[in-house]
Amino acid sequence: MKKSVFLGAFAATSLVAGLAQAQSTLETVQTRGELNCGVSTGLAGFSAPDGNGVWQGFDVAVCRAVAAAVLEDPMAVNFVPTTGQTRFSALASGEVDVLARNTTWTFSRDVDLNFTFVGTNYYDGQGFMVTRDLGVGSALELDGATVCIQTGTTTELNLADYFRVNGMSYEPVPIETNAEAQQQYLAGACDVYTTDVSGLAATRASFASPSDHVILPEVISKEPLGPAVRHGDDQWADIVQWTLFALIAAEELGVTSANIDEMKAGTDNPEINRMLGSEGDLGAMFGLDSEWAVRAIAAGGNYGEIFSATIGEQTPIGLARGLNAQWTQGGLLYAPPFR
Amino acid sequence: MSDTHAQTVAYVRDSMLPEKPPPIAEKGAIKWLRENLFSGWLNTALTVLSLLAVWYALMAIGPWLLNTVWNAQSLRECREVLDGASGACFAVIKDRWHQLLFGFYPPQHYWRPVLTLVLMFVALAPVLFSQVPRKMLGFSALYPFVAYHLLWGGSIWLPVSVILGFVLGYVAYRLLARFAPLIAIAGAILVPVIWWIMFAAGFTSAMTSVAPIGLDFIRSDRFGGFLISLVIGVSGISLSLPIGVLLALGRQSDMVFVKSVCVMVIEFIRGVPLITLLFTASLLLNYFLPPGTAFDLILRVIIMVTLFASAYMAEVIRGGLAALPKGQYEAADALGLDYWKAQRLIIMPQALKISIPGIVNTFIGLFKDTTLVVFIGLLDPIGLSNAIRADTDWNGIYWELFIFIGALFFIFCFGMSRYSMYLERKLKTDHK
Repeated sequence: MKKSVFLGAFAATSLVAGLAQAQSTLETVQTRGELNCGVSTGLAGFSAPDGNGVWQGFDVAVCRAVAAAVLEDPMAVNFVPTTGQTRFSALASGEVDVLARNTTWTFSRDVDLNFTFVGTNYYDGQGFMVTRDLGVGSALELDGATVCIQTGTTTELNLADYFRVNGMSYEPVPIETNAEAQQQYLAGACDVYTTDVSGLAATRASFASPSDHVILPEVISKEPLGPAVRHGDDQWADIVQWTLFALIAAEELGVTSANIDEMKAGTDNPEINRMLGSEGDLGAMFGLDSEWAVRAIAAGGNYGEIFSATIGEQTPIGLARGLNAQWTQGGLLYAPPFR
Repeated sequence: MSDTHAQTVAYVRDSMLPEKPPPIAEKGAIKWLRENLFSGWLNTALTVLSLLAVWYALMAIGPWLLNTVWNAQSLRECREVLDGASGACFAVIKDRWHQLLFGFYPPQHYWRPVLTLVLMFVALAPVLFSQVPRKMLGFSALYPFVAYHLLWGGSIWLPVSVILGFVLGYVAYRLLARFAPLIAIAGAILVPVIWWIMFAAGFTSAMTSVAPIGLDFIRSDRFGGFLISLVIGVSGISLSLPIGVLLALGRQSDMVFVKSVCVMVIEFIRGVPLITLLFTASLLLNYFLPPGTAFDLILRVIIMVTLFASAYMAEVIRGGLAALPKGQYEAADALGLDYWKAQRLIIMPQALKISIPGIVNTFIGLFKDTTLVVFIGLLDPIGLSNAIRADTDWNGIYWELFIFIGALFFIFCFGMSRYSMYLERKLKTDHK
């Protein structure tokens, strides 16, 4: 049986490949009855399995919202853990339909790797953490410091750029994982630990005495993290994109998982009505029913609810909204109108 | 003079003196210490240094290990319980042991991997120990199918149809054997292959619709933790030995084509790091296969790991073959045995016996190498330790997880090494 699958697969490769491409991602997902979503193998607050093996986190919530919109079931997601090395080929080869893995939106990834970043679900940036005893108040005082840095990431390049621009020198201590970095940093193998600020906050929160460590105010890079899909299927890209926008717009418009049942019956605000499908039929334009956004928002709440449940100030990670506040609150979240 | 020798002649003593206890420095623990630890200034210095090292290590780790917290829901709770003192937080193991062992395997089905493991020992018993009745070997042969069905489930007719292929091959061999051995062998290979390709799928679906029996299907992506290490390790180990033997024999062969193919396979695979093969399995194969083809990742990894271990195994066994004196080959020829009989009865038993340490070495190495799958996103114990640390409850925990994982790996590897020593003792025929 195995053998027949194997041989058949090879013989029919070209034929089936042609057929499969003819089928849109939406149809594939709906036939399969499950969304394949690439996530990180484990990043505090963003994606991690809980004690029951259920994936939780900020990136995970995006997958659940898309699954709710497309398949009417937020739990119909097959989470594929990907590492920094395997994430892009997993998406390119079709192993996953969406990649929601704290991936920075860059020119080369968008253009050269043939992906479409549908938006930004978290605006991050690279920062520095030092022990309070070091008495450093600014990253510009870090000349000659030893720096713990994860290899093979954009953080490594950003660090080199920043120190060169400011005419400072540093000694890198290469490390592989965040857990290892924590050990090295706590053991005093390096003065400074640098990674994305969200990661620094999560790391600091896990220390026995977080107040002994400070995150320096400088943010030296732009790291817009967002979900990505393959080039070439704009309908699918639109679905993922507008699911994300629906979550963001819901917060702006005051639609929450608590009041959505009343809201979907119809409100005074035509924008809400159009989004939730009681007025017009936006969903049909990309092949879904009119209640797609209702389900997406009901899955885990609007953007603000997801944020505060997974990485917000009430959680141990304790991130402030900062750049990730609504545009009305001085942040960068800005969903185009539902019209 | 004492009374002891009162009756004896003065110059010949013919009664025994009672034994005296040895001098205090020549008996018991003191003698052992003197001979083994303090037999010279160099050894004395080394002993003192070692004791100091052990002492410091104990002082560093001991209080931390003794002051263990077992009951807590998160690292923060652990720290509250410890209240500033240094101590291990093994509560994480208590909280997540099931994930470290089974991954995301559904809890109500945990009995299936456990039963598979128990049955594995039952199936191994006749292979490993000669005291066990030989009839049990039948179960050992059946075990791979039982294990597959227990672990993955699905329709029972799938493994049955595969077994039927082997049965058909055997029947074909027996029927054709009266014509010519070559035809029989060709039939024994062709008939099952035709069955598997043409009829097995139809048979499976037909029988499933008639009698849908079988366990719930569990997808490979639910596998994780030690379950994945054991599935990959055990499949790799049990497949790599026969393939390795064939490759080693092929390399010794006089037939140019067979020999060059075997040499190329061995040298190519040995020349490539395992991690490269794993990346090939996980990334490259995806581009060749059509999108949506569910060619199981675990199966791909098992194939790659098996190939890797087989190449090493082939060289280990070639070492054993090379150590055999030429007289053994000539003796086999002189007895009139054909090639396979000579290999089976004379060459291989001796060559394998010589290679036992090397074979077990490869097994242990292979089993530990299974942790490399973490780099292709499979959640083996190491991968799960990262995932557990990413949970906000346990973010910041480090050594406890590694100690647990290390202990489990140690049990398996140490068990294998003890068994190989037992086997060496048992097979010792001493060419002295």
